Amino acid sequence: MTTLDPAEVFRQEASELFDVLEGALLDLGVRPDDKELVDAAFRALHTIKGSGAMFGFDAVATFTHEFETAFDRVRKGEIRPDQDLISVALAAKDYIRALIEAPESTDSIIGDAILADLYRLVKPDDQVASQAPVAEPAVPTLEVRSGWQLHIEFDTDILRNGSNPLDLLDDLGKLGPCFVVALTDDVPFLDELDPEHCFLKWDVTLHSACERDAIDDVFIFVQDEMKLVCEPLALVDAAPPLVPLEMPIVELPVAEAPAGNAGHAAPQPERKREEAREAKRPDDKANATVRVQAERLDELMDRVGELVIAQARLSQLASATDDISIKAIAEEIERLAASLRDTTMGARMVPIGSLFGRFRRLVHDLSRDLGKPVEFVTTGEDTELDKTMIERLADPLVHLIRNAIDHGIETTEIRAAAGKTDIGRIEIAATHAGAQVLVTVRDNGAGLNTARIRAKAEEQGLIAPGAVMSDQDIHQFLFHPGFSTAQTISALSGRGVGMDVVKRTIEAMRGSIDTATVPGNGTTVTLRLPLTLAIIEGLLIRVGEGRYIIPLSAVEECAELSVADERERGRNFLNMRGDLVPFLRLRNLFDSDGEADLHQKIIIASAGETRIGLVVDQIIGSHQSVIKSLSKLHSDVTMFSGATILGDGSAALILDVAQLIATGQGLAEKQLVKEAA
Amino acid sequence: MDQSVIERKPEAQPADALMRVVMLGIGDEVFALNTDLVREIIDPVPVTRVAGARPFLPSVVNVRGNVIPLADLRVRFGMPKTESTPDTRIVVLEIAIDGDPVLVGVVADKVHEVTEISPADVQPTPRVGMHWNPEFIHFITKWREEFVIVPNMERILS
Repeated sequence: MTTLDPAEVFRQEASELFDVLEGALLDLGVRPDDKELVDAAFRALHTIKGSGAMFGFDAVATFTHEFETAFDRVRKGEIRPDQDLISVALAAKDYIRALIEAPESTDSIIGDAILADLYRLVKPDDQVASQAPVAEPAVPTLEVRSGWQLHIEFDTDILRNGSNPLDLLDDLGKLGPCFVVALTDDVPFLDELDPEHCFLKWDVTLHSACERDAIDDVFIFVQDEMKLVCEPLALVDAAPPLVPLEMPIVELPVAEAPAGNAGHAAPQPERKREEAREAKRPDDKANATVRVQAERLDELMDRVGELVIAQARLSQLASATDDISIKAIAEEIERLAASLRDTTMGARMVPIGSLFGRFRRLVHDLSRDLGKPVEFVTTGEDTELDKTMIERLADPLVHLIRNAIDHGIETTEIRAAAGKTDIGRIEIAATHAGAQVLVTVRDNGAGLNTARIRAKAEEQGLIAPGAVMSDQDIHQFLFHPGFSTAQTISALSGRGVGMDVVKRTIEAMRGSIDTATVPGNGTTVTLRLPLTLAIIEGLLIRVGEGRYIIPLSAVEECAELSVADERERGRNFLNMRGDLVPFLRLRNLFDSDGEADLHQKIIIASAGETRIGLVVDQIIGSHQSVIKSLSKLHSDVTMFSGATILGDGSAALILDVAQLIATGQGLAEKQLVKEAA
Repeated sequence: MDQSVIERKPEAQPADALMRVVMLGIGDEVFALNTDLVREIIDPVPVTRVAGARPFLPSVVNVRGNVIPLADLRVRFGMPKTESTPDTRIVVLEIAIDGDPVLVGVVADKVHEVTEISPADVQPTPRVGMHWNPEFIHFITKWREEFVIVPNMERILS
């Protein structure tokens, strides 16, 4: 493994910051007065600017700086962020992202246009300036100063971290006229001087009405590596001509306070800063994470998988011996392997909230483009899912959300006519349900038009006219390739490709899709997904000579095939407490050798709403199955979704229950046709 | 386990280059496989039959934690099945299918030796009088006065 490309590290880091920035901006659209959000956005911007400059993304640093400057007025509370401003800010964010990810595909003209928009919005006229003082009194009066006396001491090794004190002093100079005195007391003699150390200290007299925060911002990246003493200048000291003219604001009430208690006032900001640090600490703890490359996690998972297999073999051997100490060690290793497996799996789990965050922008943009006001609600962001699944879920969810807004949510007029609130609602939720995760996308739109879907399916020859079908089954046609009931094809949807993608992606993850709809009240699409792609709980069964795994999540119950059922050779239906369940004899399906066991067992397995009985020779027990995908050369094999390795080192195939159900239904239909004939 | 992809030599070898091959006895025939393809040769392991798979890829085996398909070349070359003997081995190959490296095992009744064959000995593949699909064969060459087949594994397995 080679060292990481620093630019790549920056890109990764920036990508996370963009998510933060975008989230904050979108939230700001809803709660424009939330100061926290503005600060969060600002912090993200500031970090992007800082690290961008550090890694040589100069265009990024320059643009972000401009963006930040414009946005600063929002932060100071001079401007309330409105939808227009948020939209421009989002565009600016996208532009910065483009600058980082594909600089050649973008142009500075775009950036200039965005900045022009931004400035137009944040600096309309004097009106804003006159509003400023209104916001001002909220700020503690002590904070407003005509100047600051600073004493700056950096840690001696500050230069090694890539910080340049000179740049910081220059930044300070931007706040207002500075009088800088370098203190050379600590500079050693030349032969002792380490050129990589910084021995200088500075006293700075800053004539500016800026707030203490502005000064702290200059040193934001080095604040842990320096000592900053910051005292307000007594007003008398402030040379009047140096005070910028546009800052006459609220000097008078302030004037009395500091003049006499300059000494008094000084400790206060200092204490405030301590508090700020205190408050930051729990945050740091929460973010105590390590970035690990995905491949390394995958490799680790592979190794753990092999360990689990080896451990299973050891346990098998140990159970055959009488040696107590070997048994003890085998048990110990079993326990360790199991906890190692759980920990490793846990490391691959990511809260789904990171994914939901991305859709807020999508909903925001779609709602604007389509002119349908939509509220976006997410719940269960903490629900954890395997990292690779989160990635693979992104596309299907985009399609579902687009569909929900484009086709599901009605226009404002129609909604009003139907007596509904004019704001549509898209709800996306995640919950754990046993060994599955349910992700639902719910809208409060018009609901699915079952009759129209049916008509379309008949028109395309997918079903015979007049065939009896449940609504649930009819809705499944929505996921058929090329199926669309949209009369017009819009830029967003209607080509009938999206839902097909959804279905294929979800099925590839061994998940399933349920739809439920209430006419006039909206549609709910539920994605049922396994927790992880790497290991499943399986039921180990034997058919003839071969052993197979059925995913335990698909198993509903196990029973003995009664003699009566056995006798009815002609029919492959089973009466399960009043329900007719078709069953498949796996012996026949797999063309197995050997005698069938006298007492055949039946396993009722389900996928979605449909159930099927699988007749097997023996149910051996549960098995932790490390999933190994089948080779590309076996891509034509449909009955199995993968393989695993058993305790004795041999491979066992994992049954694809959804496929078997399809096979079973095919057989059942054939039989019905035969009986009808 | 070393997962690195073996660099394949280009198909067109310089005319005088010797080709390193491993000689496998399968049925009555001798096959020469380029050693660049061969990952390892292992003793027989329990096989798992895959119902519904194509006849020349009837089963899978566990090789160091990977479940890989086991190919039966006898099916492709129309040879009768033989019982396994103490000489039977599984030769694990890494071949490129649609650009992706894929591991596959081949059952050999006997592994003779690793040797070099010279392009000078290459015999043109006869178009007639051969009951094998010519697509499956790169060329035929001579080794110890015997004809040996250099198979085109990619074609055989796809």
